[in-house]
Amino acid sequence: MIHVKSLFGILFAAVIVLSIAAPAAMAESTVPLPSPAKAFKGKQCVEPADVMRREHMNFLKHQRDETVREGIRGNKYSLQQCIDCHATADPKIQNGEVRTLQPFCGACHTYAAVNIDCFACHNPTAPLETSGASKNIEFDKMIAAHLGQGNPDQTSKNAGGAQ
Amino acid sequence: MTFDAAKRHLLTGAAAVVGMAIAPGVTLIAPAQARKAGEPASDKVRWGLLIDANKCDAGCDDCVVACRTENGWQGHDRPTTDPQWIRKVNLKDNKTGATVSLPVMCQHCENPPCVDVCPTGASMRRADGIVLVDKHICIGCRYCMMACPYKARSFVHEDTTGQKPYMPRGKGTVESCTLCAHRIDIGGTPACVEACGAKAGKEAMMFGDLNDPDSDISKELSKRASTRLRADLGLEPGVHYRGL
Repeated sequence: MIHVKSLFGILFAAVIVLSIAAPAAMAESTVPLPSPAKAFKGKQCVEPADVMRREHMNFLKHQRDETVREGIRGNKYSLQQCIDCHATADPKIQNGEVRTLQPFCGACHTYAAVNIDCFACHNPTAPLETSGASKNIEFDKMIAAHLGQGNPDQTSKNAGGAQ
Repeated sequence: MTFDAAKRHLLTGAAAVVGMAIAPGVTLIAPAQARKAGEPASDKVRWGLLIDANKCDAGCDDCVVACRTENGWQGHDRPTTDPQWIRKVNLKDNKTGATVSLPVMCQHCENPPCVDVCPTGASMRRADGIVLVDKHICIGCRYCMMACPYKARSFVHEDTTGQKPYMPRGKGTVESCTLCAHRIDIGGTPACVEACGAKAGKEAMMFGDLNDPDSDISKELSKRASTRLRADLGLEPGVHYRGL
């Protein structure tokens, strides 16, 4: 019984020590916290920011399978829409002549050392002036009409659901 | 059988059909049914093409250009490895001298051999009959390219930039004609069909639902005989040809 008591004592002391030491250790870190670029447009993402931080990869993975394999278009989550809102111009990338997702995605992914493959195939850039869905106006109109028809509360900003 | 042998096989009887080249003109335009947003592709629909080689001009490659522009693929002057979603094939019967020209792309088979051989499930057939590569899980092994008797698929050897937002493509994956699934899904028609009708004014290509007996393509197919490339393989392609 004495042994158990002393064990609790040790554990308690360890917890105290850790709770004091941990913030001190964080303050000593020389790696700056990531500061992803502010969205190009829009104030509210499709989900609250903390949900997006944890779940964006799952949302996108689910959506990509639905779009490619089942042919579902106009999903709530879409990489195309990430680009539409979050791509920002960066003077270091193509002289700032296009908007790109690099300053947004890159910040946290470099910090966390997570290598993403999305942009080996998907184009992370969008033109500066337009919504960036496509330059094909007729096609944009078709997308807008299609989304309007199926889901009145969704607008053409969902255009071209990334495949 | 090599691909050249397949071409010869294809040519069998071509001369006879070329004779009826200017048969009663038919308007090869079909409106597609739009699917609602959020609705998956349905197996009630079977998308297909009807290509009338009699109306196809050997000097015209508007369908190829349209496909390239729409989907953002281009060559690097390396014909053996360049991507090729659709190509023009010109045939000549050496005995009669009759020539025929036709576009060849993914034939969107009912029983696609590319899907059978894929080790990861990336090569797939959508419910509405469109055969696609899910590039998310393609490992670039190229078995499907070997399995396809139509040489319809190609491999991306180069880094890609400036891809179309609706048509991502990247190095190390296999790709092919998607029948412009991104257009079909919102009620459009494939870019090649549109270009053949609107730009080239030939209307040699028709797109529509083969399952719907009232669709223009089904009505047209029921009127006169058509053939499918290497029908003997039993792959049941969704692309029908006339004038071969």
